[in-house]
Amino acid sequence: MSDHRDVLILGAIEAERLSGTSWELLGCGRKLADKAEARLHCIIAGPGAGILSLSAIAGGADVVYASDDPHFQHYHPESYLPLVTEVAKQANPSIILLGHDDMGRDLAPRMAFKLAAGLCTDCIDISLDDQTGRLIHTRSVYGGNLMSASVANTGTQIATIRQKAMAPAKLDPDRVGSVISVDVGIDPCAFAIKVTDRTEEADVGGVKLEDAKVVIGGGRGIGGPDGFKQLEQMARKLNGAVGASRPPCDSGWMPAARQIGLTGQIVAPDVYIAVALSGSSQHLAGCSGSKKIVAVNSDPEANIFSVADFGAVGDWKEILPSFMAKIDELNQG
Amino acid sequence: MEIAVCCKQILDPEAPASGYKIDLDSPRIIAGPGIAHVVSPFDLQAVEAALRIKEKTGARVSVLSLGNNLLRDVVKKPLAMGADELYLLEDDAFESLDSWNTALALSQAIRKIGRFDLILCGRQAADRDSGQVGIGIAEFLGIPCITVAKKIEVSTNRLVVERALSRGSESVEAGMPALVTVSNELGEPRLATLRGIMAATRKLPVVLKPTDIGLDAEVLKIEKTTVMRLFRQARENKCEIIHGETPAEIGANLAVALRRAKIV
Repeated sequence: MSDHRDVLILGAIEAERLSGTSWELLGCGRKLADKAEARLHCIIAGPGAGILSLSAIAGGADVVYASDDPHFQHYHPESYLPLVTEVAKQANPSIILLGHDDMGRDLAPRMAFKLAAGLCTDCIDISLDDQTGRLIHTRSVYGGNLMSASVANTGTQIATIRQKAMAPAKLDPDRVGSVISVDVGIDPCAFAIKVTDRTEEADVGGVKLEDAKVVIGGGRGIGGPDGFKQLEQMARKLNGAVGASRPPCDSGWMPAARQIGLTGQIVAPDVYIAVALSGSSQHLAGCSGSKKIVAVNSDPEANIFSVADFGAVGDWKEILPSFMAKIDELNQG
Repeated sequence: MEIAVCCKQILDPEAPASGYKIDLDSPRIIAGPGIAHVVSPFDLQAVEAALRIKEKTGARVSVLSLGNNLLRDVVKKPLAMGADELYLLEDDAFESLDSWNTALALSQAIRKIGRFDLILCGRQAADRDSGQVGIGIAEFLGIPCITVAKKIEVSTNRLVVERALSRGSESVEAGMPALVTVSNELGEPRLATLRGIMAATRKLPVVLKPTDIGLDAEVLKIEKTTVMRLFRQARENKCEIIHGETPAEIGANLAVALRRAKIV
């Protein structure tokens, strides 16, 4: 029996480890559970789930529901929906949290309509109201131009959390917790939706966009694929990665997987160098968590300057070469 | 083949932040001066997807919009692009619904209008960016739902869909009826043609009230989620503009400033 105050999170396995999103969910899930004096439950599914359950416990989970079923290696709504509904029945949580990533965007609404639960997506903050004990969800609307605070009026409250919005859990190897093995008997032959092919963008260079400490983002003003090659060279020197706002991706100058923004990747590097991009709210939603933002744009009125820490007004083609030359000089000196 | 596309009328999401006014009491967002209403861009991409299928198969495309006091010029845009029918769920009871009730009302209307083989929605509305309604409609109707499509093809009553994922893509197949949500990777929606605009002007939308779709208006007052407060994020302008005589000098000075601040 568990009190109806508990928190359930859906973890994920990436490259044989718990994903970055899982650590963020463990971090904020643990905080909520502590405040409600409740337990934190965590689902981990896919090959290696058993071993990784111990990591989840060290990261704050009290109970881990693990399934090593290989059918969970890749997300499919018809495998994950039965899994989470089954665990939700067992754990009887008041709060269910998912990452706002490919899986969470697809799965959370399915869960909400299946469980008749209120859902708030893409939350940048969540907290428990002191008086009501309900979750207050802070999310951006109008592409980040305005913020809203919402509540779910249902017994089960579901939320998806924007990536990089929450601090990851701190590891405590002495924590104890229990692991429950779950088996929901997945039969892919019975799926209504058949996956026939899956392609993954090969990583260009060594640094992943979402993990890079330095990210250079190019906009429409880069002018074409050649300009992005220049940014790639610059990124290599700074040990960073290159992303883009939506127009370059829609024009095919950059792969769609490199799009930074509300509907693309969320990055939060130490420094984000925004080059020749105007700073639409849809783009800022994907980079505003950066510690420092540097903007290079020929339009002094560009919105990007309103969020930047450092700004350079002028043609990026003239500014960046001397910028890089000076960096080289400083590195040598 | 019958295709339904759900389109939401919203305030222009590309308008500057100062263009939105907050009505604190409701609370909801109202248009400041000069802010236009538009069809949510992802929904227009869903219309585009439907029209591409229509070109190949001769499908009939019906558009559904839900709200109150909908602007005819705005909600008729899909007709001007080439859609065939327009249904408006228009009533006081349809004002400011949450995702659950929006999906409920649209699914009831879809059931009432008749059998659709394919239902298309934008991946999310560009005002609240919630991304729930398409999936919700599919759940209410009990049909398969494929999200974030960048390409949709129909062959012998089967759907072949390419999904846009953050680090790649996925090809999936499903039978019909099914619902697909469309992402911006599908490509730009076509412009309205002069002939389309003329046809759209003449076309009378079918207006549906809650009772027409078997819904009790009282039911729509029960919200699963409630917006308690809307507010502006405080953004202090702290940008340090780097000066110089020439762009090259600005570049060098920027490097020095960033190094001094230990940023690079």
